[in-house]
Amino acid sequence: MTTPAVPAPRPSFRLDNRYLAPILVTLVLVIGQVSFGFLESWSRTFLAIATAILVEVVLGRLLFGKWPHLASSYISGISIGMLIRSPEFWPYALCAAISITSKYVLRVDGRHLWNPSNFGIVAMLVLASHVVAGLSVQWGNNLLPMAVVWLFGSVIIHRLGRFHITLTYVLSFLAFSLLRAAVTGHPWPAEVAPITGPMYQLYIFFMITDPKTTVRDKRAQCLVAFLVAAVEAGLRLLEFVHAPYYALFAVGPAANLVEILRDRRARASGTKAA
Amino acid sequence: MKKLLRPLLTVLFLAMLATPLVLRRLHRPQETAAGPDPLARYGFRLTESARAAGIDHVHEAPTLDPKLAHIMPQVSSMGAAVSVVDFDRDGHADLYVTSSREGSKNRLYRARGDGTFEDVAERVGLADVNAAEAGVSMGSVWGDYDNDGFEDVALYRWGRQELFHNEGGRSFRRVSDDAALPAWANVNTAVWLDFDRDGRLDLFLGGYYSEKVNLWKLADTKMMPESFEYAKNGGRKYLLRNLGGGRFEEVAEKVGLQSRRWALAAVAADFREDGGPDLFIANDYGVSELFLNDGGRFREAGRETGVGFAPKSGMNASVGDVLNRGRFAVYVSNISEEGILLQGNNLWVPVEDKDGVPYFENMATAMGIDLGGWSFGAQFGDLNNDGHQDLYLVNGYVSASREESYWYDYSKIAGGHRLVIEDAKNWPPMGERSLGGYQQKRVWLNDGAGHFLDVAQLVGATDRHDGRAVALADLGNRGALDVVVANQRGPLLLYRNQPAAGRNWIDFELEGGCRGDGGLSGCSNRSAIGAQVTLHWSGGRQVQAVSGGSGFCAQGQRRLHFGLGAAAAVEKAVVRWPSGRTQEIPAPAVNQVHAVKEPA
Repeated sequence: MTTPAVPAPRPSFRLDNRYLAPILVTLVLVIGQVSFGFLESWSRTFLAIATAILVEVVLGRLLFGKWPHLASSYISGISIGMLIRSPEFWPYALCAAISITSKYVLRVDGRHLWNPSNFGIVAMLVLASHVVAGLSVQWGNNLLPMAVVWLFGSVIIHRLGRFHITLTYVLSFLAFSLLRAAVTGHPWPAEVAPITGPMYQLYIFFMITDPKTTVRDKRAQCLVAFLVAAVEAGLRLLEFVHAPYYALFAVGPAANLVEILRDRRARASGTKAA
Repeated sequence: MKKLLRPLLTVLFLAMLATPLVLRRLHRPQETAAGPDPLARYGFRLTESARAAGIDHVHEAPTLDPKLAHIMPQVSSMGAAVSVVDFDRDGHADLYVTSSREGSKNRLYRARGDGTFEDVAERVGLADVNAAEAGVSMGSVWGDYDNDGFEDVALYRWGRQELFHNEGGRSFRRVSDDAALPAWANVNTAVWLDFDRDGRLDLFLGGYYSEKVNLWKLADTKMMPESFEYAKNGGRKYLLRNLGGGRFEEVAEKVGLQSRRWALAAVAADFREDGGPDLFIANDYGVSELFLNDGGRFREAGRETGVGFAPKSGMNASVGDVLNRGRFAVYVSNISEEGILLQGNNLWVPVEDKDGVPYFENMATAMGIDLGGWSFGAQFGDLNNDGHQDLYLVNGYVSASREESYWYDYSKIAGGHRLVIEDAKNWPPMGERSLGGYQQKRVWLNDGAGHFLDVAQLVGATDRHDGRAVALADLGNRGALDVVVANQRGPLLLYRNQPAAGRNWIDFELEGGCRGDGGLSGCSNRSAIGAQVTLHWSGGRQVQAVSGGSGFCAQGQRRLHFGLGAAAAVEKAVVRWPSGRTQEIPAPAVNQVHAVKEPA
């Protein structure tokens, strides 16, 4: 008699981590639009998503000869569709195209330096300011949708192992808001106000945590998040409306370059030692 | 081939980055102020001539509760209004303009008939109407509520609302107490309309700040909008149904007209073409609302009709048949500041009808009338008599320091959560800084093919005041629409219009058939508010309606003015009266004013 074999435990369903961020950003979009109808139009957002995916597919095939995973371009497209405001259609397509293309053009040692949507949005805010502005207003006055986004965002970012970046940035922002209030003499709630808005929800969950454009070391990631907040505080004191985008645009690539150069040195010394 | 890909991609990338700059260069206006003669090029010229006409009114703003001192320039940024009315029935359009400083006086500029005006407000009892205890003026709308042939005036204020009866064009008698007007409300828009089509004009009042707020004696500072785009803590709406005999009944809730959005402008028009006036409300800090009139009951159909999406900062509601299709489009002004906040203005054009309900699409961008700065009042009218409705827009919020801007602080607080934004004490101090100040006005010429061209700087509309209300009127009875602009903390401007020779026109002065306000049946209010004229000529048509208030805190002339271009004849004019009667006038003569009375 043979003992019946104990059936091997069936693997429980486990969602590929790469889908978590797209799910979260879609959740933000759906909650925002269903609750408040916040989009300029569905068509503009779809245009940004479609353009980002199309450019990713074409460039991925042409340059690397393989079908790229579309999660990244989807996040870029949907973020652009929400984060820029324009009465025209073309800025949504152009911003998406610039964002994705930047990944393939602005590379050092095989790594792209800028978060794609950050690069695209800054490019549009600087070069197309006559027809493009950033999302700068509150989506609604109800705490619940905001709480849902923060809760899900925190859980998902935690699962992706990047919550410390978000947390560092938020704490730094709050600390710098105290400093700014002291310097300007403005009420502290006014200095905190921006982070309660939806733009920051996208910014802290999707932009500053982007695995492809952040440094590897955990403590360095926290340092970079702190520096982003510090530069942003400086820009805010200089009254730059789009300070967070500009801060990440400046600090993110600089940190990546430092890491790339250190890698080069390490490789060089390793070669010598060998 | 692969070797070439990267350089090619880099070139493509640079080209993409350069695209916005190239597009901007391509769309830059070709001409400057030193362009060709506007009369020859655009068919008209504007000349500011208020002083020459005897008009010296300068609007003054109120000083509200000291708790708002740090943001006073923006909370006291409204109140400059203008209405056109022939109050004494002498055939010449007069002007009633408001001021808002406590103790300041409103003006009633009576036209002498020789192109000049005299202020008779004091004499007729309409001057001394601004006081902290009673409220300060935000605007006025005129309508003959008792059908006695003389236009009465509803004065809406932050404070108590007032109704004055016109005593035969000689003086005005305050009748507010009998009219059941709200005791205290912060009203920024009002419209006369006959919503139940009983021949008596009813009055709509739209609240901005909550009526619980006394801006001179704040209980606390939580009186600002709870959101920049989704606020529903504004003032309530009132609909005063005219019962006759000088009595009114407040029926807003009873007939479905409920909203606590921050109303800044309203216009009544028959969007469904079923004879009943619908009500479009442009709201600050939120979406617009369209209340469809179902036989005297209203239902909000903003989303159903397409206008209730994408919240902005609605500050104007005016209607015009921009495509000469015999249908009204609605123009809503919003805020546009380069690189900071680009809401874009809306032109809601009806594109289809479903079960008798129109669906609108925003065609402002496609037609080139979307970006107008911090836009306020706008009016449609054929300024060059070419047969197409042009658009005059004023703008500018707070013009103070030319060096310092409040935009950064404004954007900072505007993005904040309700707990932050609704409390005025959280708002950064404004000081002497400007916010959307010193802006160029827009005079958009309609080319008749779906596109507008801004010619403001070229035709003479060159002021940079903080414009609020615009009213169009033929002040010289010569077949040309002049432009009157009320500016916040600024002078009342009168732009005389000189159209080019060889352009024909036709005007209609309508008078409804009702006499008195009791026992009415089958007739229209005497002011003919809500009456529509559809003019057919040269194979086309255009519709206009007599308005009981439109734009931002404004009311244009009751007379309907149609430019005809070179056409020397008109096929017919069809008048649809509020009573439901239709009257056809075959081949009316051009270049004259037709007085049309509703047939019995």
